[in-house]
Amino acid sequence: MSATAKDQILAFVRERYPQAEIDASQDIFALGFVNSLFAMELVMFVEKTFELTIPNEELRIDNFRTAESMASLVAKLSADLAAA
Amino acid sequence: MTLTDPAPALGTGAGQVTDRRSARAFVDTHVVPYADAYDRVGRVPEELIERVAEAGLWAPFLPPGSGGAGMDMVTLGEVHEEVGRGCSSLRSLLTVHTMVAWTVQRWGTAAQRERWTPALGSGDVLGAFCLSEPGAGSDTSAITTTAVESGGGWVLNGVKKWTTGGQRADLFLVFARTAASIGAFLVSRDAPGVRVKPIDDMLGTRASMLAEISFDDVVLGPDALLGPSGFTAGMVLTGTLDLGRYSVAAGSLGILQACLEASSAYAAHRRVGGSALRELPLIQAKLSDMVTDARAARLLLAEAGRLKDAGDSATLMATWIAKYFASTAAVRHAAEAVQIHGANGCSPDFPVARLYRDAKVMEIIEGSNEIQRITIAGQAEREKTTCP
Repeated sequence: MSATAKDQILAFVRERYPQAEIDASQDIFALGFVNSLFAMELVMFVEKTFELTIPNEELRIDNFRTAESMASLVAKLSADLAAA
Repeated sequence: MTLTDPAPALGTGAGQVTDRRSARAFVDTHVVPYADAYDRVGRVPEELIERVAEAGLWAPFLPPGSGGAGMDMVTLGEVHEEVGRGCSSLRSLLTVHTMVAWTVQRWGTAAQRERWTPALGSGDVLGAFCLSEPGAGSDTSAITTTAVESGGGWVLNGVKKWTTGGQRADLFLVFARTAASIGAFLVSRDAPGVRVKPIDDMLGTRASMLAEISFDDVVLGPDALLGPSGFTAGMVLTGTLDLGRYSVAAGSLGILQACLEASSAYAAHRRVGGSALRELPLIQAKLSDMVTDARAARLLLAEAGRLKDAGDSATLMATWIAKYFASTAAVRHAAEAVQIHGANGCSPDFPVARLYRDAKVMEIIEGSNEIQRITIAGQAEREKTTCP
């Protein structure tokens, strides 16, 4: 699940910035890619692709720094959803 | 000139606007005959605000249990187009109210939603969007209004300008600089320290009741902050502006459609050299371009709405493009509509002079066209990779 999520998220980021070389562990904030428009696109992409809602308290920068951290968030929220 | 609509009040549940057809009927009956009068006196009357509420028009996209009807975004765009066809000032009030209601629904806590959405849905509480300042318009990073944490809540200071509906609104969605970023705050009009100063005699949307709002040491509770803090706080503004932009795109298309209908009717009846004006090839060229651009704008708007309904992030760019196209087309064709009408088009006897003034506003609000073009240009490289 998380490996697939990581690949899908990374593909989305790469599609958004096709000129850049980004891997799953790179901090997209440190690379200067994130503005409010892209942040919104990222959140919408994650919510739609993985059919979940990200609660306000999870909208923390550390959850969105890398494709890996976003995939971890997806895994956590999906598990919460399954347990509910 | 009259502001009075002689039609009887709607009964509860009767005359609800649920789609384009019912919106068009509502606008033709209650808005179109009076829009020029609203423009001249610089306000939308309370009777119309109540009729909009009776028709369920203020926030029909809210869930049925929260004062809305669960209307989808494609239909909402069609409804806002119809309202914009009748009166851009009323559509402007709908736009900012929509932005506030949607933001509370999308980002609010359960307590915030419970407190505000039913009243926003019914129109008992009207919302306004406070972002621009005397020194900050499209450059939102330049805002200087501050919200400082104090005693578990916030203290708000600053001045907001060009606030659509500010003269009438009950609830302000205020964007202010916090220690961490830019936050969104819900502020009641009657909070101590809030002052409202009307702005009159604008070029266009003259009945949209613009105001300058001052916040002097306004004390807010912790529940005034809307949405997340930190890096994602900017998303509240991005999402709110996106929906506002969608509504303005729809309103711009409404102006264009109104120009088309007015010009077509005028050209059919006005005679020049023994024949109808519409027989002249240069007039036909103007009308054909209006028809074509109206259809194109409608398709762009519907695409943006469809993507919103699907929760697809591509809606953000689609909405930028729809608004850019529709607003520039509205300006272009409003100028041609005045041209078709000749001196009559410059007079208060025909709506096209108002449409011409209102259209220009659309190129400036919810992101100036210059900002839009910069943003859309960023799509260029992706566009090449995503085309089939």
